[in-house]
Amino acid sequence: MSRLKVTIAVTGLNNIDSPGPGIPVIRGIRESPDFDTRIIGLAYEHLEPGIYMRDLVDKTYMIPYPAEGKEALFRRLEEIHIREKLDVIIPNFDAELFSFIKLEKKLKDIGIKTYLPTMEQFDERNKSNLSAYGDKYGVKVPSGLEVFSIADLDNTLKSMNYPVMIKGKYYDAYKANSFEQAVNYFSKVSAKWGLPVIIQEFIRGTEVNVIALGDGKGNLIAAVPMRKQYITDKGKAWGGITIDDRSMLELAGKIISQTKWKGGMELELIRSAENELYLLEINPRIPAWVYLAVGAGQNIPEALLKLTLGMEVRPFKTYAVGKMFVRYSYDMIVDLELFSRLTTSGEL
Amino acid sequence: MVIKGNIALSENGFIFNPSTGDSFTLNNTGKEVLILIKEGRNISQIMELLSEKYDIDRISLERYISDFVNDLSANNLMEEE
Repeated sequence: MSRLKVTIAVTGLNNIDSPGPGIPVIRGIRESPDFDTRIIGLAYEHLEPGIYMRDLVDKTYMIPYPAEGKEALFRRLEEIHIREKLDVIIPNFDAELFSFIKLEKKLKDIGIKTYLPTMEQFDERNKSNLSAYGDKYGVKVPSGLEVFSIADLDNTLKSMNYPVMIKGKYYDAYKANSFEQAVNYFSKVSAKWGLPVIIQEFIRGTEVNVIALGDGKGNLIAAVPMRKQYITDKGKAWGGITIDDRSMLELAGKIISQTKWKGGMELELIRSAENELYLLEINPRIPAWVYLAVGAGQNIPEALLKLTLGMEVRPFKTYAVGKMFVRYSYDMIVDLELFSRLTTSGEL
Repeated sequence: MVIKGNIALSENGFIFNPSTGDSFTLNNTGKEVLILIKEGRNISQIMELLSEKYDIDRISLERYISDFVNDLSANNLMEEE
């Protein structure tokens, strides 16, 4: 059977110490026997490593930062589309999802498909709405509040015990053991991600995550639970292992079916010393460790691509337990000429 | 005293708990005791077998085995009684 030719644009090529999911998503898609793919990288920074991984990314275009607004993004995507005839875009950053969700229809009108949650789904699982989310869907969440100033922070911390977690709107989380540390992290996080900053109760336990894929009709298409084995100073898993945890799968199934989630998601959880699961965050996209799910038998990027193209996807029923991923860093040698071409023309 | 059914023990004494992702390494004696527990022996039976094999007084042996079983339990490897 001939393979379906498809041109896919992917963001999140920042395969750095706090990696974006772009490269593992591309690896999963490249391994599909059903597609003959041309991969177009969409990058924000000239040194996103994926740009230079020419065996995975055929061509890369620079795109404007989310702060420049969705119209600037759309104009750039139109330019790229004229040249590349994109079939699908897979955005992989929380911070850009707002624009892509808003642009979903306009992109569809020019022939580019996406597979994203609705704006309501996206907003509802926002970190600052997590307590309400927990109440609505019957999931335990750590108590937390959003703060907008140091004075707010001071007031909030009076009713909490240390340590507390200080979290950015989109990314970054720090454990603060004192008011001074909390102020320091508040300043750091708010400078990078803006306000509000989320202050969350610290739950002691084991960090476990679930990657899941929903079809927008309430069906759980794929789900793999993972335990972090090695965590970097940025809180990222540098090693992890698939586990056989029914309760995590049930939670993922419950959230996907009740919210009718469309697209990839990641549940960040803590299993407390009392063996209770707490939901820390819902990331509205595929996580960077997705290749572990591929290795364990669920090619979630391929399934997402098929759903995007309107193809039938049967829900995965099994995965291999005890599969591990071990991340590594690798120095590529890049000619200055490539870098200069990218910086001057915005494409490579 | 029952080891959880899904706990995997390899030839070289490596234990993996698939529910939690925890893994442990046992020395030869630990492996021997774990196999005896898996076979359904109770503490006094295990003591009998080991005291015939090793040159150790009963009080120390009992303490070691009891500590080991407590460790297994604390690490979620035993079924709750």
